[in-house]
Amino acid sequence: MSSGMYKLMRENPKFQQLVDKRGRFAWTLSAIVLTMFYGFEMVVAFSPASLGRPIAEGSMVTVGVAVELFMFIFFWVLTAIYVRRANTEFDALTEEILMDAWRDTK
Amino acid sequence: MMRSLTKTILGFGLLTLSAMAFAGGPLEGIAEKQAINWHAIIMFCVFVALTMGITYWAAGRTKSTADFYTAGGGITGFQNGMAIAGDYMSAATLLGLTAMVYTQGYDGYIYMLAFFAGWPIILFLMAERLRNLGKFTFSDITAYRLDQGKVRTMAAISSLTVVCFYLIAQMVGAGQLIKLLFGLEYNVAIFAVGILMMVYVTFGGMVATTWVQIIKAGMLLIGGTLVMVLAFSQFDFSFQNLVEKATAVHKLGDKLMSPGSLLADPVTAISLGLGLMFGTAGLPHILMRFFTVTNAKEARKSVLYASGFVAYFFNVIFIMGLAGILVVGQNPEFFEGGVVGGKMIGGGNMVAMHLAKAVGGNMLLGFLAAVAFATILAVVSGLALAGASAISHDLYARVIMKGKASEATEIRVSRIATICLGFVAILLGILFEKQNIAFMVGLAFGVAAAANFPVLILSMYWKGLTTRGALFGGYGGLVSAVLFVVFSKSVWVDVLHNPAPLFPYTQPALFAMPLAFLLAYIFSKTDTSVRAGKEIEAFEDQYVRAQTGFGASGASSH
Repeated sequence: MSSGMYKLMRENPKFQQLVDKRGRFAWTLSAIVLTMFYGFEMVVAFSPASLGRPIAEGSMVTVGVAVELFMFIFFWVLTAIYVRRANTEFDALTEEILMDAWRDTK
Repeated sequence: MMRSLTKTILGFGLLTLSAMAFAGGPLEGIAEKQAINWHAIIMFCVFVALTMGITYWAAGRTKSTADFYTAGGGITGFQNGMAIAGDYMSAATLLGLTAMVYTQGYDGYIYMLAFFAGWPIILFLMAERLRNLGKFTFSDITAYRLDQGKVRTMAAISSLTVVCFYLIAQMVGAGQLIKLLFGLEYNVAIFAVGILMMVYVTFGGMVATTWVQIIKAGMLLIGGTLVMVLAFSQFDFSFQNLVEKATAVHKLGDKLMSPGSLLADPVTAISLGLGLMFGTAGLPHILMRFFTVTNAKEARKSVLYASGFVAYFFNVIFIMGLAGILVVGQNPEFFEGGVVGGKMIGGGNMVAMHLAKAVGGNMLLGFLAAVAFATILAVVSGLALAGASAISHDLYARVIMKGKASEATEIRVSRIATICLGFVAILLGILFEKQNIAFMVGLAFGVAAAANFPVLILSMYWKGLTTRGALFGGYGGLVSAVLFVVFSKSVWVDVLHNPAPLFPYTQPALFAMPLAFLLAYIFSKTDTSVRAGKEIEAFEDQYVRAQTGFGASGASSH
């Protein structure tokens, strides 16, 4: 029964659509986070001085502090964007796939 | 001069790594016992009374195995987000990181980002599949289509290894910290933590553990924010003003706000980043929290809230550490013999506590000390529950009884396992009292990243994973992570007193993790058994379930 359901869902074109869309979205966001984070680590390791410069003449805020604060906020905003899209668009699509499968088993 | 500086920095790196994940024991030697702190004790007693009341209430609601392991799967995203934040931010996050910013300035901030950056990745790549495939423990996922007996045994062994290393770190840190903050004997403190933890977990299971985490996370956020606001107000809430003054008095001077030598070595920096990021994604007590929510929707929300709290709190700590440079660092009251810049009373990790006292008096100090104790208790409870479920759910119910155990006996076994783990924790805490346990947390994260994470992620993402591959990957990661740490300076030289380390780096993740992936890949690819073919075939159905949540345990109305 449940294996039959899985087969129905897998064969539904909407399933492939869900997997593609969500997969692309999740991997894109992950790539952004990983690139920024490890890129930042590399700057820390190879060019620390560039992070120690002030953002403006006379300011005590260094580039490093500004960049990092930005990353804290930006990464969190990315999680919010993902949660929003997954909990609305992707979940609605999932719901449709489940409904289709139910209908077809009846 | 240069050598001693490097030594200090290295020591501090270790200290903070250990400090952040466990209860920031004062690592420069054994803590001295302080005068009994009544404010702290009274506030802590209020916390214990409250949580005991909750445990009593939770005990009445803990009837099935699902209640015991996952609070019936009925925790909301917000509650679970608080609880995850509670699990993740230990007393040491508060103490160790504040101290790190105090001495190292900006380096502490870099460290905190590394600790935070794993969460978005966990959300994007894991949260949904974890919830859709898992039931009580993460081995439910790795063993989903593989050989139950062998894979669960392997996962249970590596889970228990992680839990034990983490427990040692927590217990020893707890004993030292409580001795300092409350003026209690080390052994009394160890027993208090062990016994309270046993009561919470045995009677209240995941329901009580979750609420202990939530309350504690709330206390931590409030306490930290209060201290930060009071301290920051002395600088008119001007970051410019604060940094200007801090830079003027700090021994690092202009270098205070730029990267120092902490992460100067790229191999260590990357390895540490990997270990923190993927170790988090392999910690059994964190993974377990994904099974406590209703569905994937709530699992995603949990991460959103949890990462929000963690990010916020790390920034609070950054301000606290900087303010500490002036408020604590310039006040003779907080130094032994009143010598500013000398040895800090209670050790370097006490900056946050001294800051609380300086800006809010004994009341605030007492509150923050109570928060620290509550934090240790909560983290230890989460660990014990994760360890107990590996024993009762994986080993007993699935491997030994092959799924034929009744719910009642399974719960009984998990309660017995909790009590045993409690005594093991107490024993380990006493045994390791005088040991330098700084490497324990590195070990816990290393094993989690190398033994748990690769097999877990492959089982969710790679069709080709077979039982043979999973076993080689899992055991290979476990053994290599342990060996890398044993051969590194922190054990080979510092504990075993050999002249030179066999492995030049302190962080195993960069080496052990790819090894685990490689072994899993090679031994899956070369596995031509009939069984392997079936396992690969079974991925199709698992994949649909992972994506849609159909058939997920405790899933909603469908």
